[in-house]
Amino acid sequence: MHAFTYHRPTSVADAVAKRSADADASYLAGGMTLIPTLKQRLAQPTQVFDLAGLADLKGIVVTDGAVTIGAMACHADVALSADVRRVIPALSDLAGTIGDPQVRNRGTIGGSLANSDPSADYPAAVLGLGATIHTNTRQISGDDFFKGLFETALKPGELIVKVSFPIPKRAAYMKFPNPASRYAVVGVMVAETAQGVRVAVIGAGACAFRLSAMETALSKSFSVAAIKDIAIPADDLNNDMHATAEYRAHLVGVMARRAVAAIA
Amino acid sequence: MGNFGIGQAVRRVEDKRFLTGAGQYTDDINKPGQLYLHILHSPHAHADISSIDTTAAKAAPGVVGVLTQADLDALGIGDILNLAAPPHKDGRALEVPARPALARGRVRYVGEPVAAVVADTLANAKDAADLIEVDYKELPAVVDIADAAKPGAPLVHGTEAPGNVWTHWQLGDEAATKAAFEKAHKVVKIDLINNRIAPTAMEPRGALAEYDVATERYTLIQGSQGSHKLRDWFAKNILKVPLDKVRVISPDVGGAFGMKNFLFNEPIVAVVASKLYGKPIKWMADRAGSFLNDAHGRDQINHAELALDKDGMFLGLRVSSFGNVGAYLSQFGAAIPTMAGCAMLVGAYRTPAAYVDVRVMMTNTAPVDAYRGAGRPEAAYVMERLVDKASRELGIPAAELRRKNFIRPEDFPYKTALGHKYDSGRYAELMDAAYKRADVAGFETRRAAAKKNGKLRGLGISYYVEACAGGQGEQPHLKFDADGKLTIIIGTQDNGQGHRTVYAQIAADAFGIPIENIVVKQGDTDEVPTGVGTGGSRSIPVGGSAVRATLLKMIEHGKDIASNLLEASAQDIEFDAGAFKIAGTDRKVSLKDVIGASFDDAKRGDVKPGLYAAETYAPAGATFPNGCHICEVDVDAETGELEFVNYTIQDDLGYAMNPLLMEGQIFGGAVQGLGQCLFEHAVYDKETGQLMTGSFMDYTMPRAGNTPRFNYAYTEVPTPNNTLGIKGAGEAGTIGATPAVANAVIDALSAVGVTHIDMPMTGLKIWQAIQSAQSKSAA
Ligand SMILES: Cc1cc2nc3c(=O)[nH]c(=O)nc-3n(C[C@H](O)[C@H](O)[C@H](O)COP(=O)(O)OP(=O)(O)OC[C@H]3O[C@@H](n4cnc5c(N)ncnc54)[C@H](O)[C@@H]3O)c2cc1C
Repeated sequence: MHAFTYHRPTSVADAVAKRSADADASYLAGGMTLIPTLKQRLAQPTQVFDLAGLADLKGIVVTDGAVTIGAMACHADVALSADVRRVIPALSDLAGTIGDPQVRNRGTIGGSLANSDPSADYPAAVLGLGATIHTNTRQISGDDFFKGLFETALKPGELIVKVSFPIPKRAAYMKFPNPASRYAVVGVMVAETAQGVRVAVIGAGACAFRLSAMETALSKSFSVAAIKDIAIPADDLNNDMHATAEYRAHLVGVMARRAVAAIA
Repeated sequence: MGNFGIGQAVRRVEDKRFLTGAGQYTDDINKPGQLYLHILHSPHAHADISSIDTTAAKAAPGVVGVLTQADLDALGIGDILNLAAPPHKDGRALEVPARPALARGRVRYVGEPVAAVVADTLANAKDAADLIEVDYKELPAVVDIADAAKPGAPLVHGTEAPGNVWTHWQLGDEAATKAAFEKAHKVVKIDLINNRIAPTAMEPRGALAEYDVATERYTLIQGSQGSHKLRDWFAKNILKVPLDKVRVISPDVGGAFGMKNFLFNEPIVAVVASKLYGKPIKWMADRAGSFLNDAHGRDQINHAELALDKDGMFLGLRVSSFGNVGAYLSQFGAAIPTMAGCAMLVGAYRTPAAYVDVRVMMTNTAPVDAYRGAGRPEAAYVMERLVDKASRELGIPAAELRRKNFIRPEDFPYKTALGHKYDSGRYAELMDAAYKRADVAGFETRRAAAKKNGKLRGLGISYYVEACAGGQGEQPHLKFDADGKLTIIIGTQDNGQGHRTVYAQIAADAFGIPIENIVVKQGDTDEVPTGVGTGGSRSIPVGGSAVRATLLKMIEHGKDIASNLLEASAQDIEFDAGAFKIAGTDRKVSLKDVIGASFDDAKRGDVKPGLYAAETYAPAGATFPNGCHICEVDVDAETGELEFVNYTIQDDLGYAMNPLLMEGQIFGGAVQGLGQCLFEHAVYDKETGQLMTGSFMDYTMPRAGNTPRFNYAYTEVPTPNNTLGIKGAGEAGTIGATPAVANAVIDALSAVGVTHIDMPMTGLKIWQAIQSAQSKSAA
C-alpha cells in the first residue's frame, strides 16, 4: 500500500467538496474493492475519504411504491431486512448471494454501483427493477447509469447517496456464481414492473444490459415456454478462463428460464 | 488411562490455544529492532537480465540494504540444493541446473526472486523495490508439458536439460510387460492430465532470522515440516558453517502439505541479511507471493495401458508419463513423478508385469515438488481411472473387475511387479463393506429418480492403496521431572494434525498418567537433538512407535529403581497401571515414588539418576494404507454444476490411535482430493507465461458448501511394519478421493455419451463435454 491521507468527512457536502478538489482522491465505502487494489499497489490515491460516518448515506426505507436504500447500506443489511424481503424478495435474494459473509458485512450498494464491476450483482437489480440512483446533485435513471466496463454515468467526485427501487409485481433473480470468487459468471433479474417486463443481465457483458427479445416475449406470455427458443448470441460476451462466451450465452438462457419459472 | 489412552477420540490438546488465537506462528513472533525483507519477483517467464540498478532503491527512505545474487555470490552463499536424481535410462550423467536464491543473470519463471530490499518497515521496503531498475531482455517461454516436449521448444536450461527433459527414468520389466501385452485379449488405454495445484496453506511461508555476533550463530524461526533438515541444509549447503552455528526453530505451523518441507529462496536472503545488517530480519509471503513462489504440486500427463485376458484378469500395465518440475529442481521435485509414486501404479491388484517410463520436464513455471501424497495420488488416479475404463469397455462391473484382480489377504506380504512389498490388507472385504454402507444396490433406483428431476446421477468408486511411513527412524527423548511431569522431545513437526495429542496419549496410556501431565516439545534444533521431520504420513506410525519404544526403555530403567526400593530382582518386576509390582505378589511401588527415588542418590540404587530415555526406532518397512471411496454425485446437465449426494469411505489405516484426529486427516485429505478433481488448477498463460490464477479470486478452493458429508468407517488391519500397527492417515484421503470423484463424474456423464473428461472437472468443462458429446451424437 502506498501512503495516503485518511479523512472522515462530516457531511455529504464536506465529502464532495474535499474529494472534488483533488482528482487523485478516492471515496472509501466498504473497501472490498478499494482496499485490495491499494494493497496490490494498483490504486495510489493521495487522499481517502471514508464515507462510513455519514448518516445521510445510511438506512433502508420502504414506502408505498419503493424501497430506498442508502449508499452505505451493506449487502447483509439488505439481505436480512424483513421489510425488503416483504416487498421485493428478489432483492433480498440477490444481496444474499453476494460474496461471502465477510464481504456482505462490509461491501455496500453505493460502492458496488459506483464500481460497476461486470460481474457484480446489484446492477441486475438496478436495471431489472428500473431503479433510480440519487447522487449529491441529481437523479439518474438506472437505464442510463451503466456505461461500460467499470464505467458509469457518475462524474468525478459525484457521490451516490441512495438508490430507490420501485416495487415490482413480481421479480426473481438467478445467479450462476464463479466457483472461486462467488461473483456472478452470469446473473439474470426478471421482473414484471408497472412499466412492463424487464430482463437484466450481468456477468455476461462489459456492464449490465437488458434483453429486449425476452422482455417482448414475456410481455406477451409470462412463461418459460415464451423464452425457451430465444437464442442469446455469444458474439460480444465476456470470455475468460472460468467461462467462455458460449457458456455465458447458454447460462443467460438457463438463468432467465429459471427466474421466470420461479415466479410464473 | 481409560478416556485418554490410545484408541480414544481425544480432542486436540492444542485446540484451546489455536482456537483462542494464542497460537504462535512465525508472523506472531517479533524481535526488537527487526527489519523487514521484501522480495522483488520477476514479471517475466523467461528473460536475460543485463543489469540491475539498485542505486535509487538504496537511497530510498528507511532502506538498510538492497541485495542481488551478485552480493550473495560475493559472500560465498551456496545455491539451493537438489536431492533427487532419478537415473536416466540411457545412463546419462545428470547435470543439476544451478538454482540461486536470487536470479543470476536470467529469470526462468514469473515470480522468481530477483532482488531483495531490507528496510525499517515493510511499506518502505515495498516502495523501494519499485525503484529497482532491472534491465530484462525477454526470451521465449514454455509453460506446459506438451509444449516443452515439442521439437524446437524454447529451452529452459541449456545442456542440463536437452529438449527440456532433465531425466528419462524407468521402472519395471519392459520385456516381460511387452510379452504380457502380446498375449492380451484386450488392451485398455487412457490418456490423463494431472492438473497443477497451488498448495495454499492457511499460513503462508515466512522467516525471522537473527545473527548473534558473540556466538557467531544464526537463528532462523520458520514454520517447516522439520527443523533439522533445514538446519543441515543451511549449515552445509548455504552458509557453509559448522552445524552448531545454525539453530532453526519451527513454531506453530498453519498447514504445510509437503510444501513447507523445502528450502526456498527468501529465508536464505533473510538469514544472510541478518548477519550483514546486524538486525533480526522478518520476511512473510503474502498470498500473491505464495501463489507465485511456493512449490506447486502434481502437473503430470500420463498415458496408461492395461492388458487383460478374456476373463478380465490383469496381465500387464504400461505407463508412460511426463512430470513437470518447473524451472528449477526443488529438493525432491524430480522424485515426485518418478521414484516417489510410480511403484504404486499397480495399485491394489495382482498385475504380474509392469513397466513405467517418465520424462522429467523443465518449464518456465514455479518449481513443483511434493504435495499431499507426492506421487501416490497421481499413481492412484491413473490406475483407478484405467480400471474403471476397463470395466466399461469389457462390460464387467467395476466391483467385480476389482475383486477378481485384488491382492487377496492370503497373498500378503505381497511383492508387486514394481518392487514394493505390501504389508497387509483385506481389500475385497473393505470394498464389500463400503458397497453395503453406500447402498450401491439401490443406486439404479436413485439414478432413475434423479433423472426425473433433470439430474444426471453418477456413482464412482476407487480402491486406493498407497505407501507411506517407511524409511528413516525417529529418536525421541522422554524424561520425567521430579514432580512427575513427562516431557516428550521429538523431531517430527506438527502442522495442525494434533501430534502432541497423540504422542501424549501413547505415553498417558503406558504410564497411567493424565494427559495434562505430558508436554511435547518439537521444532527447536537446540532442544530436540535429532529429527527427520513430518512427511509421507510418517509422524504417528514412526514417531508414535518411537515414543512407545522409548517409554518401554524408561520403564526398564524404572524397574531397576523399583527393584532397589522393593529389594527384589528387576526381572521379577512388572509395570502395570501406574505401579511397579513384584510379579505374583501385592508388593508394589508407585510410578511417582520411583520418579522421586530416581532423583535421590540414597534410594535409586546403582543406576543413572533421573528417569529418562532416548531410543531410536526405525520401521521395518513402509505401510500400505488402503480403502474404498464411493462417491455419488448429481450433475445438472443444463449448467454443468455438480452436487455431492453421498460419499462413503471404508479405510484400513491400521490401528486407529485417535479416531477423531484420524477422521480429521481423512476428511481434510479427501477435500483436497476432490478439490483437485473439481476445482483447483494453477494455470499459466501459454503465451505470456503469467500465472493466471494468482489469487483466490481465480484459484478455486473447495468451500464447505462444495463438500459432501462423509459417511466414514474403518477396519483395523494392523501393519506388522511398526510396533503400534499404524498405517498412516495424512495422505490417504487425498489419494482415494480424486479418482472416486472423477469416476463418479464420468459415470454421470456416460448417460449422455461422454467417455472422458480431464481435471479439474469444472462446471464449464462438464458442460463443454456434454455439448461436444451431444453434437457428436447428432452428427
Ligand atoms: C471476495 C469478494 C467477493 C465478492 N463477491 C461479490 C459478488 O458475488 N457480487 C457482487 O456484486 N460483488 C461482490 N464483491 C464486491 C463487493 O460486494 C462490493 O460491493 C464491492 O467490493 C464494492 O463495494 P464497497 O462498499 O466495498 O466499495 P469500496 O471498495 O469502498 O469502493 C469501491 C469504489 O467505489 C467508490 N465509491 C464507494 N462508495 C461510493 C459512493 N457512495 N459514491 C460514489 N463512489 C463511491 C470508491 O471510491 C471506490 O472507487 C466481492 C468482493 C470481494 C472482495
